[in-house]
Amino acid sequence: MVTAMASLPHIDNPVKLAVKDVAISYGGRTVLESVTFDVHEHEIFGIIGPANSGKTSFLKTLNRMDIFNPSMTFTGQITFNDRDIRKWRNVYSLRKRIGVVFPLPVGLPLTVYENVALAPRLSGVTGKADLDIIVERCLERAALWDEVKDRLDSLGSLLSGGQQQRLTIARALSQEPELLMLDEFSIAVDPVTTMRIEDVLKKLKKEMTIVLVTNLVQQARRLADRMALFLDGEVVEVGITEDLFAGQVKDQRTKDYLDGRFG
Amino acid sequence: MSRADSTPHRDDRRNMDWFVDKAVQILVFVAGISAIVFIIGIFVFITKEGVGFIFKSHYALSESVFNLLEEKKMPDTQLDALTPLEGKAFKTSQDLILAVEGVIGVEETRPYKELLVARSLDQPFSLKTFFTSPKWAPTSELKPTYGALALMAGTASVTGLAMLIAIPFSLGAAIYIGEFATGRTRELLKILVELLAAIPSVVWGFIGLSIMNPLIIKVFNVPIGLNVLNAGLILGLMAAPIMTTIAEDALKAVPDRYREAAEAMGATRWQVIFKVVVPASKNGLVAAILLGVGRGFGETMAVLMATGHSINLPTSIFDSVRALTATIAAELGEAAVGSDHYQALFTLGIFLFLVTFLINMTADLVLRGIRKE
Repeated sequence: MVTAMASLPHIDNPVKLAVKDVAISYGGRTVLESVTFDVHEHEIFGIIGPANSGKTSFLKTLNRMDIFNPSMTFTGQITFNDRDIRKWRNVYSLRKRIGVVFPLPVGLPLTVYENVALAPRLSGVTGKADLDIIVERCLERAALWDEVKDRLDSLGSLLSGGQQQRLTIARALSQEPELLMLDEFSIAVDPVTTMRIEDVLKKLKKEMTIVLVTNLVQQARRLADRMALFLDGEVVEVGITEDLFAGQVKDQRTKDYLDGRFG
Repeated sequence: MSRADSTPHRDDRRNMDWFVDKAVQILVFVAGISAIVFIIGIFVFITKEGVGFIFKSHYALSESVFNLLEEKKMPDTQLDALTPLEGKAFKTSQDLILAVEGVIGVEETRPYKELLVARSLDQPFSLKTFFTSPKWAPTSELKPTYGALALMAGTASVTGLAMLIAIPFSLGAAIYIGEFATGRTRELLKILVELLAAIPSVVWGFIGLSIMNPLIIKVFNVPIGLNVLNAGLILGLMAAPIMTTIAEDALKAVPDRYREAAEAMGATRWQVIFKVVVPASKNGLVAAILLGVGRGFGETMAVLMATGHSINLPTSIFDSVRALTATIAAELGEAAVGSDHYQALFTLGIFLFLVTFLINMTADLVLRGIRKE
């Protein structure tokens, strides 16, 4: 196990996100508890688990989207860049640093160009030339540029599902996030596109930290450096992906889940 | 085809449910169709009374005819004798010539007969006058004039001012109710706004007359408080609730995932509303505004009570004006059925109908635009 850890270069990187004893509840009903792990810079951290295991709720707390749901509360401590996210005074600046990709693509009712240019505009970039560069670069990185470069002025919602998902990724990238969170991004995407996006993510790792929520065990295996298993409202395992798949688990349920023998 | 298909099956009987369903379908169909019937009925009624007047013509000695007679060297004594006939309408040119002959004699009329027949055709109503003259004098003894410009200006100025007040007010209210207010506040506000929309217009007119009037006189130190400002304020307050309701519906139609996606990007509430929600609900908001304009345009009672009801091309918001609708309401009762005056009022009705129709039609097309997306 020690040798396996040594093979991971990211483990020595500074901690980007530290989660300690987090519990989430809706109106007094706890859906997730005792979540504790660190995410290091430039690593892809996978979160796997069946539906309704609290994965999406957990992501929502990370960028303080819990505020919108009055019944949703969380306890414990989450620090981002060594600062407690609860103490973040300007929550908008926190969210700007965290890019989110939702399970189903959300093409905003704007043109393709405006979808990607929105975040830079909100941050005060106004020059057309500057925006052009950002839009092209983000679409390029999301592997979408070649398909949409001639129709930047058409509505984003008119693109196909897979294209919209990549548009969402391009939009998240346009924020120049330090942390990118993807929530089951491949649900509405065909396998070929999924592989292309996965390649993109492997490259993006050099520039940012990625939290990848997925219910595809094999996807987590392909991408994640380390991962956590959410099960029955708690985190049953956190470990290096390779080790977990090699059978070095603390909890028998992890092995069952990874082998597809669960339930 | 076998026999079994054409004879009713023993399980295949029309029962009570079937008949009830058929009956309800027919009832609902009649109710639905009635809207079309009513629209056509109203249109036919208004047009029947008003359109004839637009093309109505008669024979009369107008000023231009007098000028022509003078050029033809008609003696001054004869001209003077004919003066009382000026403007008098005759059904046919023959009637007119008989009247002229009665005044100056048959032999004296002969040299001018041709000219009189050719040039005395006159129309009581002219579209040019209707749209360009501010003089609305349908009961004038000398020469009735049907210029609706001042009335149009009255309606336009009051509606315009009302919209200046109602648009920011109602959009603001809609954004607050739809985007910020939660729980009980939201429900309470929605109920109150709908209640406000249900206040009868005569009550608003009364407020204009008895509260706003003295208030405007006192605050702005003007002689009359029944003016464009008064009516505009009243109308703005009247139109705002319905506009708020429709605008709020439009905002609600924007899916929450758009808001969430934009919020997740670090957009502030205001940025989300301004950059995402409002552009997405643009059509609904435009429709809300157009329906407000239609409401203001067609409003009668409150406008009649609050404008001062005096014919004027307004130069400031402290001028009294008269609206198209108020003119019809005030004058129709005293106009003899079938008279020129009566018909002229229906011509105003046609104009109002067409403009309201156009506004509502535009609003509807714009609304249809959003549903498509």
